[in-house]
Amino acid sequence: MDHLFEFLLRQGDNALVLGHRTSEWCGVAPALEEDIALANTALDLIGQTQLWLGYAAEVEGKGRSANDLAYLRDVYDFRNALMLEVPNNDFGRTLMRQFLFDAFQVPWLTALSASSDERVAGIAAKSLKEATYHLERSSETVIALGDGTDESNRRMQDALDYLWPYAGELFGQDATDQAMQDAGVAPVPASMRSVWDTQIEQTLSAACLSRPDTSFAHSGGCNGSRHTEHLGHMLAVMQTLQRSYPGAVW
Amino acid sequence: MYAQMVKSEATKDDPEQLAAFQARVDADEKIEPKDWMPEGYRKTLIRQIGQHAHSEIVGQLPEGNWITRAPTLERKANLLAKVQDEAGHGLYLYCAAETLGVSRDELTEMLLNGQMKYSSIFNYPTLTWADMGAVGWLVDGAAIMNQVPLQRTSYGPYARAMVRVCKEESFHQRQGFHVMMAMANGTADQKRMAQDALNRFWFPALMMFGPSDKDSVHSSQSMAWKIKMNTNDELRQKFVDETVPQAEYLGLTIPDEKLTWNEDTKEYDFTEPNWDEFFDVISGNGPCNVDRINMRQKAWDDGAWVREAMIEHAEKKAARKLAAE
Repeated sequence: MDHLFEFLLRQGDNALVLGHRTSEWCGVAPALEEDIALANTALDLIGQTQLWLGYAAEVEGKGRSANDLAYLRDVYDFRNALMLEVPNNDFGRTLMRQFLFDAFQVPWLTALSASSDERVAGIAAKSLKEATYHLERSSETVIALGDGTDESNRRMQDALDYLWPYAGELFGQDATDQAMQDAGVAPVPASMRSVWDTQIEQTLSAACLSRPDTSFAHSGGCNGSRHTEHLGHMLAVMQTLQRSYPGAVW
Repeated sequence: MYAQMVKSEATKDDPEQLAAFQARVDADEKIEPKDWMPEGYRKTLIRQIGQHAHSEIVGQLPEGNWITRAPTLERKANLLAKVQDEAGHGLYLYCAAETLGVSRDELTEMLLNGQMKYSSIFNYPTLTWADMGAVGWLVDGAAIMNQVPLQRTSYGPYARAMVRVCKEESFHQRQGFHVMMAMANGTADQKRMAQDALNRFWFPALMMFGPSDKDSVHSSQSMAWKIKMNTNDELRQKFVDETVPQAEYLGLTIPDEKLTWNEDTKEYDFTEPNWDEFFDVISGNGPCNVDRINMRQKAWDDGAWVREAMIEHAEKKAARKLAAE
């Protein structure tokens, strides 16, 4: 296995899958300002996808493009975290997921900006600017909705309880992670945990929300061994034109 | 054109004030929110700007329908950015309407309960990816025909909103045309999709300019007030004359057997749209009217808890700040 390719797919697929989910809000958000902000987030993530998957395709060296990787792989070849592929559900869950992910991405991309691989460092530095802004917005929104009304507090706690068992997968430490650390490309994701915990603690406290009392973590997304049932449906929609009209140029 | 059949309101103001107002309009002065204006002018503008804003918002739906199915990452990003621009246009236009004394929430309620309308074009479905090309090329193209002159409209906030909207719309039209070019130069399936999209959108696009001048009862007062700058037929003719060569360039056939170049008038002669269909669509019987409003209603209802929580949080935050001082 080419660990660098695998590592790049993880970064690209996280951005692609969350970007796609976020784009599902276009036109139906709770307020116009939120509609515009969600579209911005989705656009940033799709832009990051192009960079990560573009580099992944080069590293693979089999003549595939970023679009080939996005549109012509099936579920078991995707390497995104499970948390990012579960359905949006309500606006609360969508923003809670964004927050849990952003709180990981900011320290993670900060570390990747110092990668020994210049391409990785460059993509990370560009993405970090976006992730920093995303975290500012998602943490403020989580606080507002947690602190808002009884109903909004209940919805945000439900969202957190649902997502929590998926969040742990972000902090992996498998052979690919180890190989990236050995090569100086990236620290192991598990080393981000304490910074993440601090951010989560602060925001949840301001949002009047309780951290779930479990350390259980689902896995199977980042290594592709067992995705949720939801990813296949997402890909069926996303890939329909490329699958239905092979070889067409759009 | 995103505002159709806007009824101009009768006005019962003092004749001297009215004459002074008309003189300002005639001298191309901009009317600003705090200036005196006839009640009919204010009401007509609220209706027109509101309808225009609603068209942007409902107009997100037929294109939003394809964001999750866009065929490449580039096309997905372009389409998402375009639909986001439409939400932005809706926002400036609601803000322009607010300067006339009506809130965004009030306008939204009027859209949802059917008191206010949006452009008939958004009641047609988008069925294939080629429709993303046709909508950008024809629908944004028709909107530009109307909105470019509205940059000179008499009401300052509306005119200024149009300047920004027009810049973005012309970009959208080019983007739509590029999608059409890729399809028209693509595989046999893609060419078939492109022609089918043109067949379905041609007459609905012509209807965007509103009924024929001879049947358009609301034009003269709005034109005197410079809320409406050209007649429906003038704009429709201009649209046809500009679009026919573009269709030829794409190698697509406009679905009108009577379309011919007229050497005497130096314009195209063309078949009028089916006005019975137009009146059916604007009275609620278009292919998508019910689904479009249901979708907006659902988004509004589903988002209520978020809007309430944001207000509650802002109030709590302000109270905490006050208590701390």
